Amino acid sequence: MTQPIPTSRPAGEAKTDEVLYRESFRIVGNDFEHGGEVATRVKAILKQLGFPTDAIRRLSIANFEAEMNVIMYAAEGSLELAVLPTAVRVTVSDRGQGIPDIEWAMQEGHSTATPEMRARGFGAGLGLPNIRRNSDEFNIESTVGVGTVLRYVVYANGKAGS
Amino acid sequence: MVREAVGGNVLLRSIVALLDCEVICGHEVLDIEVPFCFAADLMSDVLAFSAPDSLLITGLTSVQSVHTAHVADCRGILFVSGKQPSPEALKLARDNSIPLLATAHSMADSCGILLHHGLSPASKA
Repeated sequence: MTQPIPTSRPAGEAKTDEVLYRESFRIVGNDFEHGGEVATRVKAILKQLGFPTDAIRRLSIANFEAEMNVIMYAAEGSLELAVLPTAVRVTVSDRGQGIPDIEWAMQEGHSTATPEMRARGFGAGLGLPNIRRNSDEFNIESTVGVGTVLRYVVYANGKAGS
Repeated sequence: MVREAVGGNVLLRSIVALLDCEVICGHEVLDIEVPFCFAADLMSDVLAFSAPDSLLITGLTSVQSVHTAHVADCRGILFVSGKQPSPEALKLARDNSIPLLATAHSMADSCGILLHHGLSPASKA
């Protein structure tokens, strides 16, 4: 599934909706030992593609939170990365317990994390709000007992106030 | 003197001296400048509220502390209260050239000493 990373492209050649790079990463539930590896790998890819530093940081934070959410709350999931000329589009899908009340879960400090999750530095109820704060487009859909799908986009030229 | 660097930033080497740190890895980058510090054991707090280029001060020694420092563009990690990083955390830090320090001081004492000597909190970024 891994495609070679294009390292150069003549200016003005790419269309804004053209996917320059696409990769899918598997995330395994409860696999705390490897939690963060996907976000780290995606960050390396974007650095190689020459994405702006601020946009990489915002996307990496969103990816790390989304990855840890899958590890903490789902059986398994995936992070689909699509790099466009002026933005990065991410879809994180999981098969898991789902979120009964999305509005509640989107508020800072609201969490159903276990003490073990908190002992690992997560579960403060900041994950979903943090993903939304660091993305320029954000959407969440969840079905209890089935799973959750997060879609977010980070623009290369940053969001106001970030 | 902690304010050795130009522009008010603090050299990592100065922090090592102030807190009597063990340099676990990153000896070769002790002359980098650190403009801010951010202290937390909750990594979501770091991801939500830290500023780029901060020194992360934490008692969390798992590999997630290094992943957090990496994605949040922290310049290094200071482990407090005599804690040591896990082997996985150390390997990840070496792979990504993230310096790791350890001090016997508590988190509160470490922050107090660094702020007293001129390092700014990340909230001032």
